Amino acid sequence: MLAKRIIPCLDVKDGRTVKGVNFVDLRDAGDPVELAWQYSEQGADELVFLDITATHEKRKTTIELVKAVARQVNIPFTIGGGINELKDAEVLLNAGADKISINSAAVRNPLLIDDLARSFGRQFVVVAVDTRVVEGKNFVYLRGGRDKTEIQTEDWIREAEQRGAGEILLTSMDHDGTKNGFDNTFLKKINNIINIPLIASGGAGQQQHFVDVFQQANVDAALAASVFHYGEILIPELKETLRTNGIVVR
Amino acid sequence: MIGIVNYGAGNIFSLTAALDRVGIDYGMVNNVDDFDQYDRIIIPGVGHAGAAMRKLEETGLVQHIVSLKKPVLGICVGMQLLTSFSEEGNAELLNIVPLKTLHFDKRVGKKVPHMGWNSISPKKDCPLFENITDNSYFYFVHSYFIEADEQYTSAFCTYDVVFSAALQKENFYGVQFHPEKSGKAGEQILLNFSRL
Repeated sequence: MLAKRIIPCLDVKDGRTVKGVNFVDLRDAGDPVELAWQYSEQGADELVFLDITATHEKRKTTIELVKAVARQVNIPFTIGGGINELKDAEVLLNAGADKISINSAAVRNPLLIDDLARSFGRQFVVVAVDTRVVEGKNFVYLRGGRDKTEIQTEDWIREAEQRGAGEILLTSMDHDGTKNGFDNTFLKKINNIINIPLIASGGAGQQQHFVDVFQQANVDAALAASVFHYGEILIPELKETLRTNGIVVR
Repeated sequence: MIGIVNYGAGNIFSLTAALDRVGIDYGMVNNVDDFDQYDRIIIPGVGHAGAAMRKLEETGLVQHIVSLKKPVLGICVGMQLLTSFSEEGNAELLNIVPLKTLHFDKRVGKKVPHMGWNSISPKKDCPLFENITDNSYFYFVHSYFIEADEQYTSAFCTYDVVFSAALQKENFYGVQFHPEKSGKAGEQILLNFSRL
């Protein structure tokens, strides 16, 4: 049986993790490579690195980071942030990234999805979508949830799949940071209209939230950051809880 | 030492990184003479099977590969190349193993590509799966699958259909999953291959 995936997400800036991390036995909590290795040892199925490095100059540190992760970590990983054209993605592919994730750049230039899928295969292309509810409808937001667009989220996700997205990473900005659970209703709705894997993001606070999102929305994977980084949820225990609830995990 | 057939079908950084992690020496096979330097061969491959086959033909290595007597491991599309035919580009392939590579679309009700960790059932006597327990998980990313076969399938996997997670015919081995991305179990496969 194909297992449901648990994906810790790490924010990195200038080659260092930015959000606080509260692991035992960690020599350097700011070192994304060591963190990534720790997560893979704990049983994470995949990793996402979100690069928030602002300047072009410092992007070189990101490339070095990707290479170091590819050398030392034996599970797949995705890198997102700062990918605006084919060339940006190709550098990351050659550095050993398994997938790249694009967000605002794809909304501004949807053809980027077609180009990336054609050049590197759709399995390489994750389209990340930030969504927020306004007057009962979900709209796509850009720049980490700051800028509203007039595009309805369902329409955009359908289009992204048609253009060649291999996977959708859907973050509910209304749920993100609340620790009240994922937006299971909307995730279920989206999951029913696409035929590519869906990663749920935004709202994880307890183990039960992961049970709920897999049982209610039947998503393929669930992503979280702080609950893992602060050790509030330990991946081996989470996997056990999921297993007890009849959810197939590795 | 392992020779990796270098024919330009996808990035091999992850594969060489995995070999480095487990301490297996390797080099590249760029022309026919290079085969002599290695005692076993890996055919990697990501992307389109038809396109990969064309690239392999361009290297001029095909005749030599089919006649190899040393252990050969095809990974992902590299494994599909060992079969006779792929629906991906309706391509004639190496025909080392008389099986076909088929599209998941229309044959399964599930999402395509088959992406993520799936459990496999290896045959007991296949040396590639030594120290791998039944139902171990491996990382898959593929839209085309090799049909399951009593004789040649050495590990079975199920995604609505039962398909070949691994193949063996004499010295030719293939795995549909990515051992270089499959955690410790994947690294064990690479170690097993290096000891065949």
